[in-house]
Amino acid sequence: MSAVDAAELRIVGFLCNWCSYGGADTAGVGRFQQPTDLRIIRVPCSGRIDPLFVVKSLINGADGVLVSGCHPRDCHYSEGNFYARRRLEVLKRFLPILGIDERRFEYTWVSASEGQKWKTVVSKFTERIHELGPAPKINESMVAQAKALAARAV
Amino acid sequence: MQHLEELKQQIKDKLPELDVVVGWEQGFDPLRATPLFMRKPEDVDRLIWNPLCVHNLATYLTGLKGKKVGVVVKGCDSRSVIQLLQEKLISRDDVTVFGLPCTGVVSIRKINRQLGSLDYVEDVELSEDSITVTSNGQKHAFGLADVAADKCGRCQYHSALLSDAFVGEPLTDQAEDDYADVKAFEEQSEEDKMNHWLDVMDRCVRCYACRNACPMCVCRDHCVAQSRDPHWMTQEDSVQNKWLFQMIHTMHLAGRCTECGECERSCPVSIPLLLLRRKMNKEINELFDYKAGTLIDGKPPLMSFKVEEENINERGW
Repeated sequence: MSAVDAAELRIVGFLCNWCSYGGADTAGVGRFQQPTDLRIIRVPCSGRIDPLFVVKSLINGADGVLVSGCHPRDCHYSEGNFYARRRLEVLKRFLPILGIDERRFEYTWVSASEGQKWKTVVSKFTERIHELGPAPKINESMVAQAKALAARAV
Repeated sequence: MQHLEELKQQIKDKLPELDVVVGWEQGFDPLRATPLFMRKPEDVDRLIWNPLCVHNLATYLTGLKGKKVGVVVKGCDSRSVIQLLQEKLISRDDVTVFGLPCTGVVSIRKINRQLGSLDYVEDVELSEDSITVTSNGQKHAFGLADVAADKCGRCQYHSALLSDAFVGEPLTDQAEDDYADVKAFEEQSEEDKMNHWLDVMDRCVRCYACRNACPMCVCRDHCVAQSRDPHWMTQEDSVQNKWLFQMIHTMHLAGRCTECGECERSCPVSIPLLLLRRKMNKEINELFDYKAGTLIDGKPPLMSFKVEEENINERGW
């Protein structure tokens, strides 16, 4: 299913101020066609992104989370994205045990001049989330269902 | 056990230089031990040492900072002490470690499960490989291996890794830990895993016993669970909130958790919390080849980086 035709999903994007946000801007200035499911949150550096931003988004209704920062070695603050890389990789590997599809979370590096690459990233990621469909919504009825299933198993 | 008298003597010898030594004593019944704070030589006589000494006493060290503290540790507890030292949360000069070789502790929960209900226990008899519990006038015998805590079955550090005074013979045998429990759990479908967590986390009463018992939880009054700024958690009793706290706990313990299992043991509604911590440790171990609480001069993997990471691929699109 093409991401452009289907109903919009909620994708949260955490972008570093210096590279990826600039890259998204470049893509906009270049008038590239992009899916509009992504809501962008600008942060000072990818090192500012606490992995908990991502899990909190995912359990509170986001269908996908995209994190993007400067390429390694290109960080405005020299080493922020090196720390981010470790944290985000650990998070990506941790998600499966929670029952959250790790494909709903992705992190990547886009520089301010890479407008075309930004377009590719957004389109591909949005398409992937549309293939996965809306994330299961955690609410009281889902909890009741989980409890009923557990009670039956015993 | 046999080394108790020697341990008592060691503590008595060191006590004049120390403000307090933390050990275990019998709790409200013979089955339950409770932490003992020894300040005077006569307090030392109440000390016990047997497989019922389940508590990780390293938890108290950060609270007693600034005092000269002695602490009695099992192998697993010593890892917590090492991790605290590595992060400079306690000072090596202030802490005296009494190390013990441990062959495993008992899981009260397992005994409880076997008996159905466990109230006041009249008597406990311990032998080399069995434990006999007398409750309601009835005797129940268990093999120690059958009621040992899960962590003991995969223990790699029976003897304290760090000690100023070591009592007894160090044990060298190591069990293999291949994270089989984590792998088995992960084989379930996404839906089943999510349902499992929703079911167990719904039981949570937000007592924060898991946090209070955790030796590595050192934020005290600044814990994000209670902070209004940043406001991570609401006062709602929704499952998302309770679950989010466990994710916070796991993330804050990434690369620091020594798998002492105090979170799971202290949980009043038996939520399998250690599973999350172990999953995190498994990934940290695979990515960075690092085990928390084994090196005093190591560096937590998430506090450091390499320009070229061996096990993380560059994420190209």
